[in-house]
Amino acid sequence: MTRSPETSHVMSASDMDRALTRIAHEIVESHRGVEGLLLLGIPRRGTILARRLGERLARIDPGFDPSQAIGSLDITLYRDDLRAHGARTPEPTRIPGAGIDGATVVLVDDVLYSGRTVRAALDALQALGRPAVVRLAVLVDRGHRELPIRSDHVGKNLPTSRDERVSVLLDEIDGVARSQEAVVIQRRGGKQSQAGER
Amino acid sequence: MRHLLSTADLSHTQALSILDTAEEMAAVSTREVKKLPTLRGRTVVNLFFEDSTRTRISFEAAAKRLSADVMNFSAKGSSVSKGESLKDTVQTLEAIGADAIVMRHWASGAAAQLAGSGWTDCAVINAGDGTHEHPTQALLDALTLRRGWSAAHGADPRGTDLTGMRVLIVGDILHSRVARSNIWLLRTLGADVGLVAPATLLPVGVEKWPVSVYYSLDEALGSGPEAGPDAIMMLRVQAERMGGAYFPTAAEYTRRWGLTDERLARLAAHRGAAGQRPMILHPGPMNRGVEISAAAADSPMNQVLDQVSHGVSVRMAVLHLLLSSSERNTA
Repeated sequence: MTRSPETSHVMSASDMDRALTRIAHEIVESHRGVEGLLLLGIPRRGTILARRLGERLARIDPGFDPSQAIGSLDITLYRDDLRAHGARTPEPTRIPGAGIDGATVVLVDDVLYSGRTVRAALDALQALGRPAVVRLAVLVDRGHRELPIRSDHVGKNLPTSRDERVSVLLDEIDGVARSQEAVVIQRRGGKQSQAGER
Repeated sequence: MRHLLSTADLSHTQALSILDTAEEMAAVSTREVKKLPTLRGRTVVNLFFEDSTRTRISFEAAAKRLSADVMNFSAKGSSVSKGESLKDTVQTLEAIGADAIVMRHWASGAAAQLAGSGWTDCAVINAGDGTHEHPTQALLDALTLRRGWSAAHGADPRGTDLTGMRVLIVGDILHSRVARSNIWLLRTLGADVGLVAPATLLPVGVEKWPVSVYYSLDEALGSGPEAGPDAIMMLRVQAERMGGAYFPTAAEYTRRWGLTDERLARLAAHRGAAGQRPMILHPGPMNRGVEISAAAADSPMNQVLDQVSHGVSVRMAVLHLLLSSSERNTA
């Protein structure tokens, strides 16, 4: 993958690994175990990060069953900017096992920015049932919130300017080797913002 | 995509995008809250110049599940019967604040004319125009076929098409907009399409279409378990065509082109490449005892009720993709 000189690495593959392991421990600690825990990733990258968090949770506590406690929650149909960004084909929403009623739901996403994605996710959750608690885990919190939303578990707090673009490169989506996965910041070269950009 | 007028205009990518979106919409109807906020504040007008129950209700249900406001307009009892033109009717509806017009019209090409006229900025969805096209019916048929086809192959339907599936369309091809829309869409999705009809009910030039043509249903069903179709779509014998001398009597039609109990038994013996039974589709309403026997109508192979619920999902997908699109703002 070619990168312009204005691209800078802020997290390497091993940084991401360590951050996910720490978040997994934080989740178990704040929930006091894994009973009734449900991880929902927000497609597309959040789904993959949720799966990786789940593998770690299963290692920490064998009572955690990834097949019953990991899912995905698509928010396309709940966005407030559909008219500006145009229609997208929704990604699958998969709610495992007994559903979300009474569960401790941990929403997982790659980058927390304006908070609008999370707002949409909360609406989507409400339509599916009534969780006991909803928490938010993100790999990167880049600031510039537009809504009163905060993350509970953060991989890295990253001060950014609005002209910058933060990308999380993952094996499954971006085709980079697992050891080359990274979080990078790019300065926008006069390009207008695009759909899906963070 | 700005309008949905014909399945002939749909690319493979666009067709899959609609079907994949419809899969997610289908999941909504199994939930506790069967409503999405996606089209809140948008207005959809059902403009029907021809009688219809299921298509209009299906579009209405789809728009309401997406939180849009719905206005129903039927030509009967409206100013159209006082001689108001289509242009004036549509401009009136737009002045009221319509964002999308779902139109059924007795004239072939009416939806395309409205979309290309410049009379309105609304998204236009063709809900059947004369004997031309009925694209959402073909999309719901494709969704039904894809569900069965992918289930037989143990795959997730998302992102797949109908490559290798053999589909027979039986009945009045000449007057059927459902058949035309299905032929173009199924070919785009990679299925092999066979038409079965009396020679009087096939259009001129059918030999240039990308299909095989049979004049007898027995011949099309073939012999032996490998020869049969993966799905058979029975078209309705339209009572209004009975006087046209296209075939001698209803009984004669049933004997040669109907899905009788005897043909149902032959069909049930067929097994597809993955060991699956053939699917029976019908756009409804069924004429039991004419094109389809009561046993075939009630057979577990019959997908009619699934088709109805898939219709709502597909129409939700189309409304979402057309009305959430940003192209409207620049057009």
